[in-house]
Amino acid sequence: MTKEKKNKLIDIALLVMMILPFVLCMVLKVLTTPASEGIAISGALIYFEIPMPLMPLYITEVQVTSLAVIISITALCLYLTHGIKVIPDSKRQLVAEYIVEKVNFLIKDNMGSRYMAFAPFIAAIMGISAFSSLSALLGLFPPTSDMNIVAGWGILVFIIITHYKLKGGLFPYVKGFFEPIPVFAPFNIIGEISTPVSMSFRHYGNVLSGVVISTLVGSALGGLSEMLLGWLPGFLGDIPFLRVGIPAVLSVYFDLFSGLMQAFIFAMLTMLYVATGFPEEEYEKRQAKKKKKALSAAQ
Amino acid sequence: MLELAIGIILAGCGIGAGLALIAGIGPGIGEGNAVAKACEAIGRQPESKGAVTSTMIMGCAIAETTGLYGLVVGILLIFVAPGIFTGVLQRTLEAMNYIPH
Repeated sequence: MTKEKKNKLIDIALLVMMILPFVLCMVLKVLTTPASEGIAISGALIYFEIPMPLMPLYITEVQVTSLAVIISITALCLYLTHGIKVIPDSKRQLVAEYIVEKVNFLIKDNMGSRYMAFAPFIAAIMGISAFSSLSALLGLFPPTSDMNIVAGWGILVFIIITHYKLKGGLFPYVKGFFEPIPVFAPFNIIGEISTPVSMSFRHYGNVLSGVVISTLVGSALGGLSEMLLGWLPGFLGDIPFLRVGIPAVLSVYFDLFSGLMQAFIFAMLTMLYVATGFPEEEYEKRQAKKKKKALSAAQ
Repeated sequence: MLELAIGIILAGCGIGAGLALIAGIGPGIGEGNAVAKACEAIGRQPESKGAVTSTMIMGCAIAETTGLYGLVVGILLIFVAPGIFTGVLQRTLEAMNYIPH
């Protein structure tokens, strides 16, 4: 087998890996959705439960879809970077370079060049958030309209923020809560806790509102078409013609614009919180002290 | 009696959900202000349209948060709270050995 043929085979395998998870998710959803009258607003379908000591662990549509999103993004990254060369000769390498450059520029612009190691993390958050919200376009239940997923990201970001705040030492971190006067301590603590809550609620609420409004409009159009076009003979009267295509107009705002916007804002807020929470002076003082201690220990 | 209690629970949840959506007033006014100022800025300096627009959309999305809190609370009150409250009521009555008649 020649090398070119091998490369082409790998490309095809990666493309299949990119698309297949979503197709499988759609098939699974079609097979497991219970037959019901009309449209109902409900949470994610529960596929099966794993018994646990405190409460059963539910494996829902959301976990499956987000796993599909992760596999798909991995395949996309592998596809874009497959067979890269020093002098790019393929379009996909240019796309990959464009993405990396844009993210690096964003980090440098918003956080400063000290945080360049954050670029992969921010790009990953943006990618998974955008892909999760966009999976609604395929008729799947978007993982971001489930609180569990977004709360997980919020907690992850909160841990990173706290880790960066603690880099200046424990005492300055605790002292930060008693500023400007000790009376403000409860408010400061509430403000600290509300960071992940507000971040996850913002994302969750935006996507969920789109799902709820789309469902309401869809059911309303179904009723309207039954009223207007119900006189058509035979099975033609049963088909809700008005529901074909018209709800997709709403999708442009709620799924495309809102989903991408929230992905960008989530990443932006992560960058801002990490960059502003980092105590630069205290960190440098602490580093200098450590260096001195190491020097005196060596002597 | 139990029916009346459940009716009161459902009514309370419905009224509460309606009241929670009053939270939409604040972001509405705030975002309107933001867009008005952005229009003024673009009118004064048309060449800075791109930067002003992107900053405005970002600010609008952040200002929307309080309204979304109201929305989330309203949705919880409609879809989640009635079941929880009815369950609590039934468990309490069972603990009291109350027999509905």
